[in-house]
Amino acid sequence: MNAIRVRGLHKSYDEVTAVDGVNLDIAHGEVFALLGPNGAGKSTTVEILEGHRRRSAGEATVLGEDPGSAGRRWRSRIGIVLQTGGNAAEDAAVLTVEESVRHYAGYYPRSHEPGEVIERVGLAAKARTRVKHLSGGQRRRLDVALGIVGRPELLFLDEPTTGFDPEARRRFWELISSLAAYGTTIVLTTHYLDEAEALADRVGVITKGRIVAEGSPDTLGGRASATATVRWHDEEGPHAVPTDTPTALISELATTRGELAGLTVTRPSLEDIYLELIGEPS
Amino acid sequence: MTRSDVTAQVGQDSQGERRAQAAAAPLPGALAIGLRRGVVELKQFFRQAEFVVFTFSLPAIILILLGSTFGDTDPAAGVNVSQILTASMIAAGFISTSFISMGVGVALDRQAGTLKRLRGTPMPATSYFIGKAVLVAVASVAQVTLLLVVGTVLFDLTLPTEPAQWLTFTWVFLLGIGSCTLLGIAASAIARGANAAAAATNLIYLTLNFTSGVFITISALPDAMVTASSIFPVKWIAQGMRSVFLPEEAAAAELAGQWELGTAALVIGAWLLVGLLLARWTFRWTNEPG
Repeated sequence: MNAIRVRGLHKSYDEVTAVDGVNLDIAHGEVFALLGPNGAGKSTTVEILEGHRRRSAGEATVLGEDPGSAGRRWRSRIGIVLQTGGNAAEDAAVLTVEESVRHYAGYYPRSHEPGEVIERVGLAAKARTRVKHLSGGQRRRLDVALGIVGRPELLFLDEPTTGFDPEARRRFWELISSLAAYGTTIVLTTHYLDEAEALADRVGVITKGRIVAEGSPDTLGGRASATATVRWHDEEGPHAVPTDTPTALISELATTRGELAGLTVTRPSLEDIYLELIGEPS
Repeated sequence: MTRSDVTAQVGQDSQGERRAQAAAAPLPGALAIGLRRGVVELKQFFRQAEFVVFTFSLPAIILILLGSTFGDTDPAAGVNVSQILTASMIAAGFISTSFISMGVGVALDRQAGTLKRLRGTPMPATSYFIGKAVLVAVASVAQVTLLLVVGTVLFDLTLPTEPAQWLTFTWVFLLGIGSCTLLGIAASAIARGANAAAAATNLIYLTLNFTSGVFITISALPDAMVTASSIFPVKWIAQGMRSVFLPEEAAAAELAGQWELGTAALVIGAWLLVGLLLARWTFRWTNEPG
């Protein structure tokens, strides 16, 4: 059985439909990214799966239970890193990193050793620092520490790197990849393409409450088989030849013309595919 | 085999193992988690110096100001007004550390996302409230101690020697902080946001303290005002405290000319139930739509 199974998920608030018929299957041990623009329904979908919101219609099974009615035992098997809200800086701001992680560890039947978790998220040097003195990136690492200290089988990460600088984002990705290597199932929402590409085994693109494409980052939206463009330049100037058989073309060029200057083969980037999928002109 | 295939396979083996272990290990008990939350609540409270100073000093300062202003003997009660004020302000002190502290504290936990984060863990809701109860109990005992010191040092308040009076003190104190804590939790949910909760609880607190004869002695207030305030718990908690710390003959200054402890128990007990129901009905983990 999959870690997550969702069929025909709907969520509406008054007149507004936030989630409009989502189907999902996420296997144990998989890293799945829900990619979409702001307001696409990513967080609503994930918060329904976390048990934070009630669905209006459809079926959802997470670790074999309905998240709308699951109890403490179920919660002890999942980890949640919520989206950072406006006043999140005030949450437990005067506790130290170690006190926070140790305290949360006490909620779970088989938690990790708090010191190990702090080490793993790269906050060992900050263990005795009060939360309010952490930088944004360090705070987010603490969020992850609190999310994983209970040894979850399934970890939800809702826009984990929003507001990070590129360097902090890269270090954060390494952390997530290391969790995935331990076999933790990870469901991640993001509006960063590079993040989905770097972390996910599989990506679902969501827009206007619907999943419009699903696949590995390489094959998403028919990317692997899409028409390629072979470019090079010579004394006549630059050439750009669209082709479905780029290997044959290059082989022929190699035979007839020898070494080519500036040879490249490009396929639509993930960004091109993504923008097309969410209906934005690229 | 790609990296993800390997990960998936390794993942499934250890997942299966983990599931088996997770099913076997017992969840920590609600009381044990609640007491640990109490420790965390106390740490957080006492580390916010400005908050601690404000919470504890306000009732003491009001007592010192009012006690120094109205120091004369109350003819109806036969004791100094400052002593009546001290007894009443002890009630006001722990109403503040329960009602206002909870009203603002729970609203802050909701606004900062603390409650939402906790909701995503196996912590039972009961444990959260046990933690808050520990905080209220410790802060209220500290508050009462401070006011007793101010009262005995500045205003000749004498501590009761009869066990019966300490028994009365204990049940009025416990019923009082219990009902006010629950009403504070309800107020936190009815108000939207911590600022609104602070404004609402302080307004209710100051108004009822005035009309119930806490800031100004009952004998100086219009009867109709005190009668109207008698449906709320503040009047009865303060009256209970006066019965503990004032001599028997001072009861003459009360509206009914006696301490009416039975009625006090009934009214405060009724508000405890109302608070429990309101807190249960209105409690929510976030300010977001569900």
